Amino acid sequence: MLRIENLVMRFGGVVACNDFSAEIKKGQIVGLIGPNGAGKTTIFNVVTGVYKPTSGQILFNPTGDQQHRLTGLSPDKIAQLGVCRTFQNIRLFGELTVLENVFIGNHLRVKSDVFSTVLRLPHYAAEEKRMYEKSLYLLEKIGLQDTRNEKATSLPYGMQRRLEIARALATDPKLLLLDEPAAGMNPQETQDLIQFIREIKEEFDLTIFLIEHHMDVIMEISEKIYVLDHGILIAEGNPSEIQQNQKVVEAYLGVG
Amino acid sequence: MGDVSIFLQHMTNGVSLGSLYALIAIGYTMVYGILRLINFAHGDIFMLGVYLTYYGVTYTSLPWWLVFLLAPLLTGIIGILLERVAYKPLRGSARITILISAIGASFLLQNLGIVIFGGRPRAFPVPQMLNHVVRVGGVSINFVTFIIPAVTILLLLGLTYFTTKTKTGLAMRALSKDYETASLMGIDINRIISITFFMGSFLAAIGGILWGSRYPQLMPLMGSMPGLKSFIAAVVGGIGNITGAVIGGFILGLGEIMLVAFLPRLSGYRDAFAFVLLIIILLVKPSGLMGDKVTEKV
Repeated sequence: MLRIENLVMRFGGVVACNDFSAEIKKGQIVGLIGPNGAGKTTIFNVVTGVYKPTSGQILFNPTGDQQHRLTGLSPDKIAQLGVCRTFQNIRLFGELTVLENVFIGNHLRVKSDVFSTVLRLPHYAAEEKRMYEKSLYLLEKIGLQDTRNEKATSLPYGMQRRLEIARALATDPKLLLLDEPAAGMNPQETQDLIQFIREIKEEFDLTIFLIEHHMDVIMEISEKIYVLDHGILIAEGNPSEIQQNQKVVEAYLGVG
Repeated sequence: MGDVSIFLQHMTNGVSLGSLYALIAIGYTMVYGILRLINFAHGDIFMLGVYLTYYGVTYTSLPWWLVFLLAPLLTGIIGILLERVAYKPLRGSARITILISAIGASFLLQNLGIVIFGGRPRAFPVPQMLNHVVRVGGVSINFVTFIIPAVTILLLLGLTYFTTKTKTGLAMRALSKDYETASLMGIDINRIISITFFMGSFLAAIGGILWGSRYPQLMPLMGSMPGLKSFIAAVVGGIGNITGAVIGGFILGLGEIMLVAFLPRLSGYRDAFAFVLLIIILLVKPSGLMGDKVTEKV
């Protein structure tokens, strides 16, 4: 689904990510962990096109017949190919309503042009109806159908996180990048979230790439984990391999 | 009786001038909402709209109403080109850089206007239909004075429909809140920015045509004063807010006309009124009447 090859990202003299390679297969949940400032979010930013990498490349669908090079594409083109994300610090459109936030996500799957929108041509009306129903369905999925006309910022924190996921789902992604979805959640909310991620993965046939600090989340749902420290990949493997890896323990706890 | 009708006449004039400021102010405010840029060349886009109409009516055999429609469309395209040439290459640089580019673009358009159109004032070809004088009660009012607010209200309704009900309008609102997230949700920012410039310039050109029908004298520098005042109208209303821009436009238009009407000794200070209003609003409520509260992220 996604192959990252020898990615280097430099900001002036700071190397945020040095020679990082990874491979995510279709249908996998892959975790990305590391201490604060290790360069995890930088990798997400490069994959989604916010940053242009200093060198290296990223391939989408590397083995399929519709192979795409993501490096060099603009964020909206990448989203169109089916890569969408959520944010570490929630970035909903605060002034817009809950429903409108999800509606925005639908935006790029609509074929109608400005003229048919303004003139309310029949096929546009049908498409709009379909979008509306899909948005409502997603809201129902996250339990927010009753608050759909409230401003997004008025929701409680945990719900805002879920709304971000729903907005990302509205773009019909194939690959979903989740940046610390469990941040600030209590153990019960975290358990619900794990359940929720599993559900949407099945229902929408997703591949998930996930940054998380809650080790219980990562260890429970990832099939494969990459560990970054100071921009360098120090380990990769399945959860039990990572838990026993000496370098990972040192990176997190410091060398004794 | 006489007093009432004279007051009404001033009101009509004020509303009509206010509508013109509102139409131009919308362009400032829309561009600011999306790019956080004061497009100082907007007044000159307005000027281009008027000149295009002048040339269309005078030198082609097209009917005037068709020219009145085509010229704003063409002006809209010029607005898109302006953004592509003067602002897009600087996207991502410091805001002051783009602002300076805007001032440069303004001077360029004004001086190009002088070179191409000539510095000599020209007469705007006002269609007979609009020039017609209507007598209401004891006062005579030019027909165009009524047309201006009517056209403005229609355009505002259209604009409100567009921003609240269409997906492009929704994308525009999303973009004005968070640029980066919007693009990550698959919104093509370049396309939305182009549409914004098109609409702003289109409205400015309509404003220009109406302006020309009312004050039928064309000069290449004619855009700068209405441009500045409409900018003030946008700031007074709360820059970035379309409703605010319209309210600001009406306050400015009515205030200006009333000042001249009731304090004729101060009529020489007509232009100063706008600037005094700007100073007051910046001192009392810098975010404008309808503006968002500015909260710093920490």
